[in-house]
Amino acid sequence: MKPPPFDYLAPSSLEEALDVLAEKGGEAKLLAGGQSLVPVLNFRLAQPALLVDLNRIAELDYIDVDEAGAVRIGAMTRQRALERDPRIAASAPLLAETMPLIAHPQIRNRGTIGGSLAHADPAGELPVAAVALDGEIVLRGRRGERTVAAADFFVGLMTTAMTEDEMLCELRLPATPKRTGWSFREIARRHGDYAHAGVAARMTLADDGTIARARLVYLSAGEVPLSATAATGVLDGGAPCEELFAEAASTARGEVDPSDDIHATAEFKKHLAEVLTRRALAAAWERARAAQR
Amino acid sequence: MSRHSVSTEVNGRLYEREVDARLLLSDFLRHELGLTGTHVGCEHGVCGACTVLLDGEPVRSCLIFAVQADGRKLATVEGLASSPDELHPLQQAFRDAHGLQCGFCTAGILMTMVPFLEENPAPTETQVREALSGNLCRCTGYQHIVDAVLLAAERRA
Ligand SMILES: Cc1cc2nc3c(=O)[nH]c(=O)nc-3n(C[C@H](O)[C@H](O)[C@H](O)COP(=O)(O)OP(=O)(O)OC[C@H]3O[C@@H](n4cnc5c(N)ncnc54)[C@H](O)[C@@H]3O)c2cc1C
Ligand code: FES
Ligand code: FES
Repeated sequence: MKPPPFDYLAPSSLEEALDVLAEKGGEAKLLAGGQSLVPVLNFRLAQPALLVDLNRIAELDYIDVDEAGAVRIGAMTRQRALERDPRIAASAPLLAETMPLIAHPQIRNRGTIGGSLAHADPAGELPVAAVALDGEIVLRGRRGERTVAAADFFVGLMTTAMTEDEMLCELRLPATPKRTGWSFREIARRHGDYAHAGVAARMTLADDGTIARARLVYLSAGEVPLSATAATGVLDGGAPCEELFAEAASTARGEVDPSDDIHATAEFKKHLAEVLTRRALAAAWERARAAQR
Repeated sequence: MSRHSVSTEVNGRLYEREVDARLLLSDFLRHELGLTGTHVGCEHGVCGACTVLLDGEPVRSCLIFAVQADGRKLATVEGLASSPDELHPLQQAFRDAHGLQCGFCTAGILMTMVPFLEENPAPTETQVREALSGNLCRCTGYQHIVDAVLLAAERRA
């Protein structure tokens, strides 16, 4: 249970870190909060020759909210900082609601938003929230910068669109549209454990009170955060009510694809996904109506 | 493997050492500094036994490398009591409410709950249970730990 030997560098600027990545690429691993990487090293599931510690790069730790309410978050921002920031609560309330569901305070004090997104664990809450919020991920490397929609960033099990010489630098969230409600619901065995099932729901109402656009994204429902497009197809344009939510939830049950594990069967997780969808939609609708007034 | 010098303040005392890059902070505290009050259970972040304060915030010392503590301040269970014959109020409450049996989990729980009580001086039982969710105890069934934390909060009021 001790990590294998490695060399260690702690650059103090982004430029320096990108130089190291350009040179060492495949041999190097970036170290953010270490809350996923260090267990992997301790179990010797990975043996990188070099660890590049990002913790001394102050320029990657920021939360920026513009006048319209669009949010930009630096990769090294701690999960705990997001949980506590009143600007996040005001401008990205779904994200604020997500944070306490992630592990425990001791983990969130170290874990970063960039690390959670880069780790791309389908059981993680942050990838799901980033997709549900129509987030964009900014990647940088020596060859330049590019922006990838969160929905396209997660390409497979713990696999992203990032190349070896690129680094995740920022998460961007567009301003929340008016008359929008949200909810993140999950069921875990204990508070802070990885959840059996979970869903991020968003709902924007049109002027006449019908649903202009709904979003349902699930954790642990496949290899990547799963957007239930058939279920949101049921909702879009409809008049919100419990029957419609129930129909969308049973449609979503057919879309999620969880697997059996020692704690719960896939069938049980599908059942949870359906129940959570109904609850999340009801809560999101309630908040969307409150936002209308 | 690269070696690095580490200069860190633990419980108000400055330590300087040369360490291998891969040395975990938990092993640094125990083996290099002889501060064996911090326990090691799982070494993958799950049990909470190794919890210490890094610049005032509780963290898992098994998920940080010693080299990362360079220039930072640490607090461990050894620093809680103000003198050898006076326990920290939370330690005293654990003693009075039977909040420990074998004691293996206790240091990590104290280092988690001291900052929790600073932030939440009058917590509900549910808040205490949620705050404890990142620490495993195989002996007590948690009830007496919850009682101890609530007792400490009550005595502070
Ligand atoms: C006991 C425990 C319980 C947990 N429970 C949950 C949970 O319920 N839900 C949940 O979502 N997570 C959970 N986690 C994981 C936690 O949220 C991690 O903090 C997170 O997954 C990774 O973030 P990190 O900053 O620690 O990244 P690290 O562990 O440092 O890195 C993770 C990976 O991302 C890469 N990386 C990091 N930063 C960048 C970057 N800027 N650019 C490119 N690549 C990068 C690293 O090279 C590594 O491969 C838990 C962890 C523990 C130990
Ligand atoms: S030893 Fe660090 S959390 Fe278990
Ligand atoms: S008192 Fe024995 S593990 Fe908690």
